[in-house]
Amino acid sequence: MNDNKPQGAVLQDSAPAPDGPLVELRGAGKSYGNIRALHGVDLTVHAGQVTCVLGDNGAGKSTLIKIISGLHQHTEGEFLVDGTPVRFSTPREALDKGIATVYQDLATVPLMPVWRNFFLGSEMTKGPWPVRRLDIARMKETADQELRNMGIVLDDLEQPIGTLSGGQRQCVAIARAVYFGARVLILDEPTAALGVKQSGVVLKYIAAARDRGLGVIFITHNPHHAYMVGDHFSVLRLGTLELSAERSEIGLEELTNHMAGGAELAALKHELAQVRGVDVEELPEEGDLTAPVATPSEGTS
Amino acid sequence: MSMTQQAEPAVGRPPASGPKQTDGRTARRPPALRLLARPEVGVFLGAVAVLVFFLITAPPVRDGSSMANILYQSSTIGIMALPVALLMIGGEFDLSSGVAVISSALTASMLSYQLTLNVWTGVIVALIVSLAIGAFNGWMVVRTGLPSFLVTLGTFLILQGANLAVTKLVTGNVATDDISDMDGFAQAKKLFASSFGVGGVQVKITVVWWLVFAALATWVLLRTKYGNWIFAVGGNKDSARAVGVPVNFTKITLFMLVGFGAWFVGMHNLFSFNTVQSGEGVGQELIYIAAAVIGGCLLTGGYGSAIGPVFGAFMFGMVQQGIVYAGWNPDWFKAFLGVMLLGAVLINLWVQRTATRR
Repeated sequence: MNDNKPQGAVLQDSAPAPDGPLVELRGAGKSYGNIRALHGVDLTVHAGQVTCVLGDNGAGKSTLIKIISGLHQHTEGEFLVDGTPVRFSTPREALDKGIATVYQDLATVPLMPVWRNFFLGSEMTKGPWPVRRLDIARMKETADQELRNMGIVLDDLEQPIGTLSGGQRQCVAIARAVYFGARVLILDEPTAALGVKQSGVVLKYIAAARDRGLGVIFITHNPHHAYMVGDHFSVLRLGTLELSAERSEIGLEELTNHMAGGAELAALKHELAQVRGVDVEELPEEGDLTAPVATPSEGTS
Repeated sequence: MSMTQQAEPAVGRPPASGPKQTDGRTARRPPALRLLARPEVGVFLGAVAVLVFFLITAPPVRDGSSMANILYQSSTIGIMALPVALLMIGGEFDLSSGVAVISSALTASMLSYQLTLNVWTGVIVALIVSLAIGAFNGWMVVRTGLPSFLVTLGTFLILQGANLAVTKLVTGNVATDDISDMDGFAQAKKLFASSFGVGGVQVKITVVWWLVFAALATWVLLRTKYGNWIFAVGGNKDSARAVGVPVNFTKITLFMLVGFGAWFVGMHNLFSFNTVQSGEGVGQELIYIAAAVIGGCLLTGGYGSAIGPVFGAFMFGMVQQGIVYAGWNPDWFKAFLGVMLLGAVLINLWVQRTATRR
């Protein structure tokens, strides 16, 4: 992984994107012993599209990304990259296939300078072996250039990355993944711990990454953030797909309802109505939920 | 800032990358302040302070030969403090480093003497044993995920016991036999424990090795991939692993580096005193760790330098000898050290807080 591709090559790789999905899950699932964490999930990621995966805590989002990023293996169904079935055993293998994951808190080493973080694990070197050393000037220049391409301007690349804001740190991690030839970018709740403005910045970079031809898997709690950039929405609940819809098929309100366990809420509405002080006017009726509800454990889409 | 929310969905424009050169939010800090933020500057000032203090209070220190003696004392601590510091930057401890020195010396000495081999055979075998102890420590730590404090505390006790027991078993004594008349001794002594004259002052070779190792460690730490990995595995192991840094390899080799240091100091002890006391070395590991911490290495890993521990070790050597030259009771040494350690840590903390505040 030491061949540091120039940024142009990365773009050319992804520009004539084939029509087939980059990553596809067909009825994929994962059991830990007798606990079925994920079951019958279909997901496709196309180049230049943002696929949003939404779900509450414990819905199986983490398991899903762990399968795709190579930390865990699926126990049922199929996982295809470029149409060929795969089974990753380490994150390195996923990286080699161009699948990069940006974890919420695992993205950087806080006390290290920005440029060292940018190239960590794939450092540029020069000179023959006994005196092979870091090519610091080239790394700093490249990091600065790449960050500027993504619209991040930093005064001092020597500052520890821990002194950047959470949003900036996410952006550095995204820029890094893009630079190192990622074709599929998995973002694990990148906006979860951020303020409104910082979330906006991160969303901008998600859009920028998409426009550079990457397939993005955007995992989030927040339907508003998802709806800002998403092309396809999958809602997970209790380890199965509750909803899988194109952008054209669903509105923000409906998405929010699904996200909040809309069907359950509707059922609860009548009970809640009897409790004084709970405003049920805003809650949806069951009939309002018209979006196509995915049928789990069948290879649709 | 308008209050109208950009509600139109899916408008993914690439962020406008403005032509401005800086984000203009960080004022350039004065050079003096930026210098102070470096990990080794606090300890450098501390070392200078201790030096000046003893130059004033203990006139014999001003003599060239006592300075050489102080440097020699510092170098025996400093050679070990370097790998201990690198390991600490890598996020781990090694409590067995003190007795590992003695284990290494015992191995070389007893093997050569009992089998009447050339001492170089013993030296090589001792190196292998030391590296193996380091590798075992590292392997246990990465394999079990236990804190290195516990794992190396175990190794420390094992080695301490084994040093005594095996030596008594083999030699019937707590010390090894004198190996000064054996083949290759003179040669090995030249490498590990000789002296040379500089302007009429005899300087021990370990001082040179100490500075050479320090320069090498600094270069590796700041200018190579491996150095980058050391900072990364100490700073955030999981992040490092996620971006493809070989975390286990880095940690195990760092422990082996401590093994190498223990071997080198062990050989020095053996070839300067001809015999080894099997019960020694206990407590030395804390001196090494203290020198690294005084040298500005963060106890929790991810931050530090290789130059800092050089000054840290110098402070130790200075105080140890300075007390003698000043004519005070040497029993005060440890108490003085404790005060110095606390003082240095506090100064380091204060300097870093002041200098890195933004």
